[in-house]
Order: sequence, then C-alpha cells, then structure tokens
Amino acid sequence: MTRRALFIQFLLSLVLVWLPAASAAGLDPALLEPLAGDDTDAKLEVIARLGMESSPQAVMVLDALSNDQLYVTPEATLLVKTQTGIVDAATGASVDTMLDQAATVAVNNRLRRAIGAALSVARLYAPDPAHRLAAARGLQRGTDAALLPTLEKALAGEKNVEVQAALTIAIAALQLKSDRPLLRAQAARTLGKTGNAAFRPMLQGLLQQDAQGIYAESDADVRAAAATALHRIERHVKAVEWVGNLFYGVSLGSVLLLAALGLAITFGLMGVINMAHGELLMIGAYVTYAVQALFRSWIPQWLDAYVIAAMPVAFVVTALIGMALERTVIRWLYGRPLETLLATWGISLMLMQAVRTLFGAQNVEVSNPSWMSGGITVLGSLVLSYNRVAIIVFAMLVVLLVWALLNHTRLGLFVRAITQNRRMADCVGVLTGRVDMLAFGLGAGIAGLAGVALSQLGNVGPDLGRNYIVDSFMVVVLGGVGQLAGTVVAALGLGAVTKFLEPYSGAVMAKIAILVLIVLFVQKRPQGLFAPRGRSAE
Amino acid sequence: MKRRLVLKQLTAASVLAIAGWTPVVLAADTIKIGILHSLSGTMAISETSLKDVALMAIEEINAQGGVLGKQLEPVVVDPASNWPLFAEKARQLLTQDKVSAVFGCWTSVSRKSVLPVFKELNGLLFYPVQYEGEELEKNVFYTGAAPNQQAIPAVEYLMSEDGGGAKRFVLLGTDYVYPRTTNKILRAFLHSKGVKDEDIQEVYTPFGHSDYQTIVADIKRFSSGGRTAVVSTINGDSNVPFYKELGNAGLKATDVPVVAFSVGEEELRGVDTKPLVGHLAAWNYFESIKSPVNAAFIDKWKAYAKAKNLPNADTVVTNDPMEATYIGIHMWKQAVEKAGTTDVDRVINAMAGQTFDAPDGFKIEMDKTNHHLHKPVYIGEIKADGQFSIVWKSKGPIRAQPWSPYIPGNEDKQTL
Repeated sequence: MTRRALFIQFLLSLVLVWLPAASAAGLDPALLEPLAGDDTDAKLEVIARLGMESSPQAVMVLDALSNDQLYVTPEATLLVKTQTGIVDAATGASVDTMLDQAATVAVNNRLRRAIGAALSVARLYAPDPAHRLAAARGLQRGTDAALLPTLEKALAGEKNVEVQAALTIAIAALQLKSDRPLLRAQAARTLGKTGNAAFRPMLQGLLQQDAQGIYAESDADVRAAAATALHRIERHVKAVEWVGNLFYGVSLGSVLLLAALGLAITFGLMGVINMAHGELLMIGAYVTYAVQALFRSWIPQWLDAYVIAAMPVAFVVTALIGMALERTVIRWLYGRPLETLLATWGISLMLMQAVRTLFGAQNVEVSNPSWMSGGITVLGSLVLSYNRVAIIVFAMLVVLLVWALLNHTRLGLFVRAITQNRRMADCVGVLTGRVDMLAFGLGAGIAGLAGVALSQLGNVGPDLGRNYIVDSFMVVVLGGVGQLAGTVVAALGLGAVTKFLEPYSGAVMAKIAILVLIVLFVQKRPQGLFAPRGRSAE
Repeated sequence: MKRRLVLKQLTAASVLAIAGWTPVVLAADTIKIGILHSLSGTMAISETSLKDVALMAIEEINAQGGVLGKQLEPVVVDPASNWPLFAEKARQLLTQDKVSAVFGCWTSVSRKSVLPVFKELNGLLFYPVQYEGEELEKNVFYTGAAPNQQAIPAVEYLMSEDGGGAKRFVLLGTDYVYPRTTNKILRAFLHSKGVKDEDIQEVYTPFGHSDYQTIVADIKRFSSGGRTAVVSTINGDSNVPFYKELGNAGLKATDVPVVAFSVGEEELRGVDTKPLVGHLAAWNYFESIKSPVNAAFIDKWKAYAKAKNLPNADTVVTNDPMEATYIGIHMWKQAVEKAGTTDVDRVINAMAGQTFDAPDGFKIEMDKTNHHLHKPVYIGEIKADGQFSIVWKSKGPIRAQPWSPYIPGNEDKQTL
C-alpha cells in the first residue's frame, strides 16, 4: 500500500517536473522576435499576447522584461537571466553563453504599464492567492472591455473571498459601460462601496450633461445610483484625509521630538545654548552610514539589521563627542550664554568641514532596510509607510528611556538637583562637574539616536544638521525650558498644526504661519507651554 | 636681519602654497582663469565636481601646450553657497587676480548676484547650468540649457503616447526664481496645448523641505482625476525625501511619472535608487550616452579623480553641468586662439559660431547671436544602478530661446 502511494507520488512529481518544460516549449520564437527590435507598438502587441498565453514560460519572460533581465544577443536571440543561470527565452532551456555581448531589452513606462497589465491577466490563476489578489487589483482600472469574459470566468472559479471581492470590483468598473441599465446601476453601487477616489471620474462621467441638458447616462435609476456612490466616495475620502493629516502630523511631530529631545536636556535642563546640536544629529546619521557599509562588506546576510546595530554605536560615538566638547570647551563658558553660542557655532562649522573632508561634500547613500520600505494600506487608500510608523514607535521609546533615566536613576536625580540649585547640590557632595559631563553626553547621545532615525527619512550629508537646528530650538522654547513633557507636547502640537495647515495654505505659507504663531505665543507666554513651578523657577 | 628675510620668504612661500598656487609657474607667462564654485555650504554637493572638472580641463589644455603658448593658471575661490559672497569673490577675481575668464555659479540667484560685477568690470563669465532663461547678457556665455532645451521637450514627452499621455500636471518646485519662472513658462505652454487651469496644480516648498507626506497625498488625490505627471523643479537633494515618500506611498513611475530638471547622476549617488526606477530626467547629456567622445570624456574624468584622490574616487560619475563646464573651457580656448588675445570684447566676438565635438554625441555650436549653445535634448529613465536609460532624444541640437515665446512681451528680445 505504502509502496504504491510512494510510486504514485513519484509519478506525480515526474509529471510536475515535466509540465512546465512541456508548456515552455509552447512559446514561438517568432512571437518573441519584436521584443529584440525598436518598434514600441509591436512590443506592446507581443506583451498583450504573452499575457493571454498565461503559461509559466510567458510569465517568466514578462517578469524578466519588467526587471531588466531579458537580454538580446547580437544574433537577436533572446535570453533570460535567472537566479540559477541563463536560459533561452523561447524554449526555457539552459544556455551556456556569457552575457557580456548581449544588451538588455530596454523598457519605458508605457511598456512597463502594459507588462503590469499582461502579468495581471497571466496571474489570475496563479496558485498563490496573494498573486491572484494583486492581479485582480491591477485590473480594476476598467479600461480594457475585452477583459470582461476573462474576469467573469476567473470570478466563477475563485474560492478566496478577498480575491472574489477584488474581481467583483474589476468587473463592476467594466460593467459601468454595459448596455443593460440594471447592470450599470449595480456596478455603480459596487464602486461606491469601495470608497476609492480612483472611480470618481467614471461615476462623474455618467452624471455629465451636454449642451442640451441631456445626461450622458440615459437611465434615471443609474444616475441616482451613481450620485449615491459618488456621495459615499466623497465621504470616505474626507475621512481618509482627516486620518491621514493626523498621522502625518504625529509623524512630523515625532521627527521634531527626536531632533529636539537631546536639546531639551542640554539647553532645557542645563541651559547650554548648543549650536552644534544639529551636527551631532548629522554625526549620528553618518555613523548609520558607516555601520551600513560595514554590514554590506562583512555580513551582507544581516544587512536588514544594520539600523538596530547602528543605534548603540551612534549613541556612544555622539555621547563621547558631546562629553569631549563639554570638558574642553563648554564647561569654561557656563553662565556666559553669548560666548557659548559663538563657541558652539564655531564647533558646528568645524564638525561639518571635518565630515566634508572625511566623506566628501556629496550626500552618502543610506537605504531603508527592507522591513522599513513600503507601507500598509488602511481605509482603502491611505498608505502608512513603515519607516514613518517605525520612527513614531522609536520616538516613543526614546522619550520613555529619557524619562526613566531622569526620574528613576541616581544620575537623573543629580541632574535634576543641579538644575534646581547648583550650589546646594555641590554643597551636599554631588560631583557637579562629572554630572554636567554625563548629562551633556546623554543629550548628545540622544541627538545621535535621532540622527539614526533621520537617516531613514531624508538625505545624509554634511548639512543635515542645519535643517533641524532651528526647529529643535523652536520646539524646546515653545515647550518651556526645563520640561520634558513640554517638549513632547510642543513637538507633537507643532507637527499636527503644520500638517493640518499645509493642505489649505501650502508648505511655504504653513511654515511662515507656524513661525508667526510661535512669535505671538512666546510674546504672550515667554515661559512656554509648561512653566517650571516653585523655587527652581527663579 | 638675514634670518628675518629667510623667515619672510618662508612665510610668503607657505602662504602661496596654502592658497594653492604653484610657485614654479611665474605669473608673467600664464593666463589666469577664475573658478567660482561653492566648495562648502548647501551647494557644495553639486558644485564641487564642477570645480574638479574645470581643473581637469585646464590640466588637459596645459598638457597640450596651453593657450597662445602660455600655460593656464586656475584661481579657485570658495563663495561658500553665500549669494552676496559670490559678488565679492567675483570682484576679487576680476580686479585682484585679473583673470581672463571666470567659470562658475550654479543657482540662478548666485548668477544674478554676480551679473552687475561682470557688467561693471567687463568680465567674462561661463555659466554651466540649465536655467529659467529670461536673461541675455553680453558678458555671460550660457553653456547649460534654456527652457526650450529642457523643460518644454520634457513636458511634450510626458504628453506623448510613449511618455504616458499625461492630461493633468503637478508643477512641484522649491520656492525661488528658477522654479517659479520655469512653471510660469510651462503653464503658458500647457495652455497653448489645451490643458485647462483645473488640470494644473502648482505646489511650492520651502528650501530644504524634507517632509513630503502631505504633498504626496495631494498628488495621489489629484492623480485620481486622470493621467497625471509631476514636473519637479525641486532643487538638488530635496528630491531624495520626495522620491522616498513617493515610493513608500506606493506611487510608481507607471502610475505617476515624475520628470525632474535638477536630478542627475551626481545627485543620485547619495540615493537609494530602488524606489526611483522609471522616473524621468531631462538633460542635454547623460553619462550613458554611447559615443566615442563621451567614452573618452568619462575615462579622462575617472583617471583624473583617481590621480587627484578625490573623495569616493572609484564611484565618480559625469553629469550634464560637468559636460557644460568642459565644453565652456574648451570653447573659450578656441575663441582666444581665434582672437589671438584674451581681451574680453574680442574673445566675445570670437565665441560666436565656435564649434566643439561634445561628449553628448554632436558637434555643437555656440549661437552666432544669443550666447547660448545649440544642444541636443535627452530624456532618460532612472535605472537601478543610478544611471539613466535614454528613452527619447531630439533629432539634433536645438537652438536656445532664452526669452521664452510663451511669455508675452518677449518677441522682440531675442538678441542682445
């Protein structure tokens, strides 16, 4: 019995191995020929036919074409570079040649779009439901009426609920042009349910009147359905916009918070106007770059983890730089804010030039690890990108860490004591010099951590710090000097206000409006949002 | 007494050495050339390589025997991305160093700042970057593109079938003179093509803007109304966070193509190019152009970078403004040889009609009247390796129209 089962399995596997090869033989080299040429229209035709073919070999060729892996030799043979080796595009048989003579088949955006559509058609029956879902979603544009029977057939055979829904929408988008009013009305209702703004122009098209006041859609029922659907989409879009602005605001706020948190310690608690704060952020970002380079050359298989590894390194490096700064320059200038400002500004220029000499004036490339690329789609059309979400979480963790450090450790106790009354702390035996150094190191280290986060969002270059220094001071001043909670509220508040203003006023006006608001606010309330109370206020 | 003299000489020598002058060449038998590019500050990213390529071209000319039998002597100054400082340094180059020509500037605002100086002292400036036009000065030769040699063909391509047949346009730029003027021209051009105002959206950001979430969400919303393309005049490296946000929001080049006018090979060096594949750039030169002259140019530049030990010398790239700088220096040399003197007025006259075998694959010509080059236009798609694959090119070099015909009142300004 078992032996028989094994035998059957063996037979099955033989068939499975043989099947793709058999279907591979089906591609006609003459069909592929135009791909080697220069005629875009001919290429488009080939792509569409390959899509209808829906054999694994056709999918492979299309895939290769979209990934620049399809090569053409000087003898006009088409070859595909796969992970295992080089194969002939038409037969799928391994070929024993080098590709140094061959050129890639160039594709432009028009071809890429066609390839995407063709692949979608070809993948409607893919074994993986995720592939089928992506395929169905890719066909929702409602442009190619010829696809209707194909889609209906696919829907009839589909078991997965999600894929079914996606196919229904794709069909509805096509049925909007059907000649049966009942189907059109139903299609309009289906599209309305999606809340997807992409269907708005189609639905609006139905409601358009020409010069004589005759509607493009003759049936009143269908018009009513379209109007309701439009209304639904409108409402959904409004909601998404609101949630989106909130998310963008929190995300910008968390970036501001990270950039300002180190300053909240050095400037807010210790009273040092540190103009080199921005450059500490920049060094943190460069450390990330260096760690990434190390990972790339030594342990490429762990590359995705480089951001995690960069955090402690950046913290230590910037903290050391910060402590060195404090011991050599800043401690001689306590109580002389103007001189501190000038000295630290000079240091910031030196640090920038040093980095420029070491790494060059060009920006360096820091790429997002794969788990931080892309985003999650919520509410149908709002994309929350992973790197933004990660930075919000990271900012919260850093705030927690700093809060715990200041309120639950001996060092934190000393720092607070010195902030409140330096002389008294000195008298009772706190080593104020050492604590100053450590506190400054902590502020600098947090700037380094922020640098790691900033490297994931924007450019890493010698000027990175310049862009954040003003915002950082703004947050700390607005929040109230000497208050961690104030910094958090100010950063998130500034982020949210900016992002709710931006859609109405544009980015330039929003920035100006924010500055004006802050000036007015500080006039009215110079101590900031949260004023220190009690004796330390003096 | 004697010791003091030695000391003096030593200090003088070291000062000269620090300033980058080679004491071997004596001032009398050299021709001085000014190089006015920011080597620090925000523009250092783009301008540093222009300084290097200028030095390379000068070295090359010197190796061939110089100009009029004299060696060229570069005088490099650093205006530090500070616009008023550009004017000061230009004045210093013209009055103290008495240079015969200056190669420099990148941003339009720096060019506008040095213009009065060059007019007053009758100097000669070669400006190597694409710009917004609306300017024509006797003392300036523009070796970069005018709007009709870059912006207009790019938008025409986006409207063509191959470019995606865009019907709606987002004109996105940094808030200063170049994007504002270019977008004014583009809006007038789009009107002439029948695109209505509700299908054009103009968006500006402050300098150094890095949070593009709202703008990208806006583009996404706008693009649901029909085929949309983005024309980006965002300057330099602010493009990177924009592209990153675009990629993360799932807007691919096949949905909404972005064509950028300030993104070239040099800018892409600092970028993770994965999310950018398929987006477009329009220039008059790409490193990927296949021509023998270009291959030689790239080899020369790579060898120079290695020999001089420039930062990241093994990954250097060439780009459009570098090519324009290179052409400018060689054309100036030819003009000086034709005029037989470095006298500014006679060199300006001799510049008209000069031709040069450029790396862009054509023998290009300096216009007889308008101080701009006739340049070919290329449109390239960004590839994963940070190079461009050329998807469209003009039939041949196009004559510049510094005064755009799409702005009213420009009809009678076409020549000096």
